[in-house]
Amino acid sequence: MTVYKGKVWRFGDHVDTDQIIPAERLVSENLKRLGDFAFEKVRPGIAEKMQKGDIIIAERNFGCGSSREHAPLALIDAGISCVVAGSFSRIFFRNSINTGLALVECNVDIQEGSEIEVDTSAGTIKDLSNGRVYNFKKHPEFIRELIESGGLIETIRRRK
Amino acid sequence: MKGKTVAEKILSKKSGQDARAGDIVEAEVDFVMVNDVTGPIAFRQFESLGLPPKKEKIVLIPDHYVPNKDIASAEQAKEMREFARRHGIENYFEVGRSGVCHQIMIDEGFAAPGRLIVGADSHTCTYGGLGAFSTGIGSTEAAAAFATGRLWFKVPETIRIELTGKFRKDVGGKDLVIRLITDMGVDGAIYQAWEFGGPGSKDIPVSDRLTICNMAIEAGAKAGIFPCDAKTDEYVKDKVRGDYEAVVPDKDAVYVKVLRYDLSELEPMVACPHLPENGRPVREVDVAIDQAYLGSCTNGRIEDMRIAAEIIRGRKVATGVRMIVVPASPSVQRAMIDEGLMTVFMDAGAFVSGPTCGACLGGYMGILAEGEKAVSSTNRNFVGRMGHKGSEVYLAGPAVVAASAILGRIAVPEDLP
Ligand code: SF4
Repeated sequence: MTVYKGKVWRFGDHVDTDQIIPAERLVSENLKRLGDFAFEKVRPGIAEKMQKGDIIIAERNFGCGSSREHAPLALIDAGISCVVAGSFSRIFFRNSINTGLALVECNVDIQEGSEIEVDTSAGTIKDLSNGRVYNFKKHPEFIRELIESGGLIETIRRRK
Repeated sequence: MKGKTVAEKILSKKSGQDARAGDIVEAEVDFVMVNDVTGPIAFRQFESLGLPPKKEKIVLIPDHYVPNKDIASAEQAKEMREFARRHGIENYFEVGRSGVCHQIMIDEGFAAPGRLIVGADSHTCTYGGLGAFSTGIGSTEAAAAFATGRLWFKVPETIRIELTGKFRKDVGGKDLVIRLITDMGVDGAIYQAWEFGGPGSKDIPVSDRLTICNMAIEAGAKAGIFPCDAKTDEYVKDKVRGDYEAVVPDKDAVYVKVLRYDLSELEPMVACPHLPENGRPVREVDVAIDQAYLGSCTNGRIEDMRIAAEIIRGRKVATGVRMIVVPASPSVQRAMIDEGLMTVFMDAGAFVSGPTCGACLGGYMGILAEGEKAVSSTNRNFVGRMGHKGSEVYLAGPAVVAASAILGRIAVPEDLP
């Protein structure tokens, strides 16, 4: 059972990878501190306030844009455990599987700052501020197995 | 059994299964490409596996921050060079023989009809313009493909785009693709593929097809595909490495939807900040510009340079405007010299550089200051994409970029005196 519990940061449609981490930060020497730059152009200062376990809630097409794996890595480094969005761009979706960022596809009406609990085994999101529960469709079996085995590299390592 | 789309056919062939939209298959890739930004993460992941690389499939192309922009990017570029040397990977392209990764993939003959190509860069979908199934992946996935030569794919549903008519003067692939993205939205084709057909598609030059497929990702699409025809064969014949197989859709292929466009009704388009779906006819836009950028994997080919040069010839870039021209590869640059286009741009007062991604991603060589506006032949106009978060990028084709550089405002060539 995997449960993510944390405080919500609210975003809208089409949060692109340039917003998540600007191109000028994409150099190897920054790899250990990508979280410091998360959303620096669009919501300066937010990265410092993010706490371990926090959850992003967004709307359509989260993670659109470039293929930079630095995007999920930056969110993880900033403390984000899970992103709930109406839809995700496919490359961001694939990158998140491999970097260990949990993604949930679901439209919810939850405010920034609320405490929520996302249970990926049960397929539920609970808004702890008012007790409201949302149900979401779990990933297909192939993807769940890939996530459970720790992503593509772990899968290949086990097969070896 | 129903027929198949190009995407289904290529993924069936490469996976050895009967691949249908919605299936998840593991397929053999022909090539896996990484650039200097996505490479280093892939190299670390790959090394952690301790497996030998599938050398012939790996293509390493530094382009985003080379020639090295600063010490950090120099260190990063060095990682790629050393990785190539350590593993004996021949397909590494050094500065001077390198350029925007997607144009190098085309010029060097890696991209070809019927191939399955992945790249750790979202615009890898460009090679669909040649009838390949090509798509962007992440660095970890690239590392997995380095080791196994294989990768999993969800077979996409396909949107068929039927074209009739011909482009009018000063209208081209960029105008069509901005129109498409504007009509369907930046998430209008998430997890789906575009497949082009109809009598109008036959007339579209391959260079424009590449521009169109390049921006499929801007509608969220996994791939954009122009099935191989005589024009494609002609385009790849002097470039392609090895054999290739033309793949065309079955007549009874199943599509999620069919869209129809008459090319003769299209007019020059510009995508306003801050999303590629904010397309408007140029004549409805009145914006003064600070910079005009011609280049990138979208419109940095010789055909684009010719279109712009014809408009610029004998004219001057407007006072107070910087025009920056960046050929996408050394062969584009060489052709510009041979055809005298370098002189045309320089006489007009434009800055011309060698090939690099440069300012397209806000890297260097043309970054925008706060409040500045640029008309750009690139593919993204997100907040801060080419510089300060308070700058603005307007996406357009080469003809509009050239006319705008001369007039100092976003304009069509017809507006020129
Ligand atoms: S030219 Fe621009 S869009 Fe194309 S690969 Fe380079 S940075 Fe990306």
